Amino acid sequence: MTKIKTIKSLEALRKRILKDRKKIQSTLVMCGGTGCQASRCQDVIDAVKNELAKQGLTKNVCIRTTGCHGFCEQGPLMVIEPDNIFYCHILPDDAHEIVTKTIRDNEVVERLLYIDPGSGKQVQTESEIPFYRAQDRHLLAQNRLVDPCSIEDYIAIGGYAAFAKALFEIPPESIVREIKDSGLRGRGGGGFPTGRKWSECASATGDEKYVICNADEGDPGAYMDRCVLEGNPHLVLEGMMIGALAIGAHQGYVYVRNEYPLAVKHARVAIEQAREIGLLGANILGSSFSFDTDIARGGGAFVCGESTALMSSLEGKVGEPRPKDVHTVTDGLWHKPTTLNNVETWANVPAIILNGSSWFASKGSKGSKGTKILALTGHIKNTGLVEVAMGTTINTIVFDIGGGGSNGNSIKAVQTGGPSGGCLPADKFGLAVDFDELAKAGSMVGSGGMVVMGQETCMVDVAKYFLTFLQDESCGKCVPCRLGIDRMLEIVTDITEGNGTHQQISLLEELGSTVSQTALCGLGKTAANPVLSTLRYFRDEYETHINEKKCSAGVCQALVTYSVDSEKCTCCGICKRACPHGAVVGKKKQVHAVNLDLCQKCGICKSECDFDAIQVQ
Amino acid sequence: MPPPTLDSILDERRSQPQELIEVLQDVQKHYGYISEDSMKTVSNELGVPLMDVYSVASFYKAFALQPRGKNVIRICTGTACHVRGAKLILNQAVGQLGIEPDEVSDDGLFTIEHVNCLGACALGPVVTDNGSYHNHMSPGKLRKLIKSLHKADTEENSND
Ligand SMILES: Cc1cc2nc3c(=O)[nH]c(=O)nc-3n(C[C@H](O)[C@H](O)[C@H](O)COP(=O)(O)O)c2cc1C
Ligand code: FES
Repeated sequence: MTKIKTIKSLEALRKRILKDRKKIQSTLVMCGGTGCQASRCQDVIDAVKNELAKQGLTKNVCIRTTGCHGFCEQGPLMVIEPDNIFYCHILPDDAHEIVTKTIRDNEVVERLLYIDPGSGKQVQTESEIPFYRAQDRHLLAQNRLVDPCSIEDYIAIGGYAAFAKALFEIPPESIVREIKDSGLRGRGGGGFPTGRKWSECASATGDEKYVICNADEGDPGAYMDRCVLEGNPHLVLEGMMIGALAIGAHQGYVYVRNEYPLAVKHARVAIEQAREIGLLGANILGSSFSFDTDIARGGGAFVCGESTALMSSLEGKVGEPRPKDVHTVTDGLWHKPTTLNNVETWANVPAIILNGSSWFASKGSKGSKGTKILALTGHIKNTGLVEVAMGTTINTIVFDIGGGGSNGNSIKAVQTGGPSGGCLPADKFGLAVDFDELAKAGSMVGSGGMVVMGQETCMVDVAKYFLTFLQDESCGKCVPCRLGIDRMLEIVTDITEGNGTHQQISLLEELGSTVSQTALCGLGKTAANPVLSTLRYFRDEYETHINEKKCSAGVCQALVTYSVDSEKCTCCGICKRACPHGAVVGKKKQVHAVNLDLCQKCGICKSECDFDAIQVQ
Repeated sequence: MPPPTLDSILDERRSQPQELIEVLQDVQKHYGYISEDSMKTVSNELGVPLMDVYSVASFYKAFALQPRGKNVIRICTGTACHVRGAKLILNQAVGQLGIEPDEVSDDGLFTIEHVNCLGACALGPVVTDNGSYHNHMSPGKLRKLIKSLHKADTEENSND
């Protein structure tokens, strides 16, 4: 590809791409995100390609493999342009019918349409599906429009126009002011005002400065950063370029989790393409501005998502955080002024520059502007990635978009904010997803994970789960975090094993508040949140464990025993074959029984029994 | 394709201590673990004290210091998978293979790893075998998966 050296040639390229594409009659847009890949979408893509070739339709029909469309539960997904017909749960065998009917004869294959569970009727397009209808998908919707490995696709939808505008029309101070006025706050967890960070970094002294994109996404249960970087890497890159322009940086880094090989690959391709075309490098678009960026793969340590630990990891060292009395905006990577933002934060920047800060500020709530991507997972019907205006209530997200509990079951709680966040009970679902409001309720927006928990979840076990996670991930540098988490975990373990006492509850609360006040970094400061929030809203569950030595949800292994309900047992023998410990006994056509001496309470027999005959009490 | 030599991994990165993690990533990727010998070479070539190489290699989860089984079964124990029964899946693997996470089975065929999140949280429980994804896992499905991997490997051996 030839280098573009002026803003005019960028616009000319855009026009040429659009003109060339006018002759395309139809595009089959296949979701190739990780979720759909797990649902074997590649087989479908291959089958569709074959079928198009077989029917001689490759000339005016294209296939575009894109990043995640969000509705992972329904995958593999396909949208057929120009009418935007939406097909779900596609199998390779459906390719023939799709190509023959929809592409050749312009008919809809009804059995592949989505059925609206509310009305029971089939719907043809995304916009009619309740899951999509209640969202405001200003970032996620772009995923469908671009092949992540095609800079032409990105340019076709207006890509790099915001950067060109910032480069030639807006002085750096005014870029910073726009971001400040927009009210954009960091999407990586802390909700720190992005404009303020940029302005401090812009005024820091030093001619060498850095911008970093935090794509470490360590919060288990959240995958929006992956989806944005994997699905639309140029958008993130454009955001970083605008940021670099604003603060005066010439070098950037994208720090990506190593567990996300596809995101690493797409970001790499995007950077190479941008270099090739002259959007990265020296004297971009003929200006005096030079900027380049590199990729670093993370090593799989949660704490490396923390800004100072991340920088130390980028320097090739162990990822230990350092005290924050010196700010990274003045003393960051290699002790130079550094602006670090989250993937989604960067992705929001181009549209703010293009549409103006007031456009962005018109969405959202008083203190939290714009939209937020949330990962809706757990015991909920419609799992996937959703994007809503900030200030939307949990009720709307869980019931209107998420469709309520899976299998129509009731919902006990929603966990937001990952290991730093908390659990909110159903009677708090009127709360808005807003940085300040959730924090007041003892949880946080965090990176946007929303794990829905049904009645089968034990909240004490959830607290134990997070403490185990944090104990494992604490870097061990500061004492309050290292020992405080250990001690809290010991106590919670006692409770889940039926050895807890009432005094331990107040000890837990005291410990929690000490750790949060004295730990070095955000990991320790927020480590007690899962415990404190479950104690606040689900204290009765702790008390049942202590007083009655009972786990009502049947989760805590030490407090339950397994047995076979002879009324329900059909003697099928599946539990016996499934038990890895040989603990189920019984002959053919005889009601089976559990040998309690051998039983490890692993739960496999229960999960395998089709007749609900395994009792856990 | 044979794995790239340590020499080629180190190319253009010599005497650049900040490249330590990237170099170790590549060693891990191509050799499956980081041996003592490769740590010594990396230490010499990058100019990083061996102690620092070791502390970095042991700090990050991405690096294994022991060889792993031929098949690596990674089980997600992230929050979304946890509430949907990831523990059952882990129990199944441990029970069936008779090894704990990070150990190698006696026949050298399997290692189980648990990871914090595999990034397909909507489809939990999630498991990968040698990098390929399996969603909505159940103990039964995993049992079949392990059996089929086992079968493929033992057949391969008897053909040799
Ligand atoms: C233990 C810990 C883990 C973190 N993990 C992440 C992460 O995975 N991704 C992220 O963007 N921010 C993470 N953060 C927040 C970062 O420290 C930092 O505030 C953020 O990346 C700044 O970008 P933002 O202002 O755009 O949100 C983490 C913080 C802590 C304390
Ligand atoms: S929590 Fe299992 S894939 Fe994310």
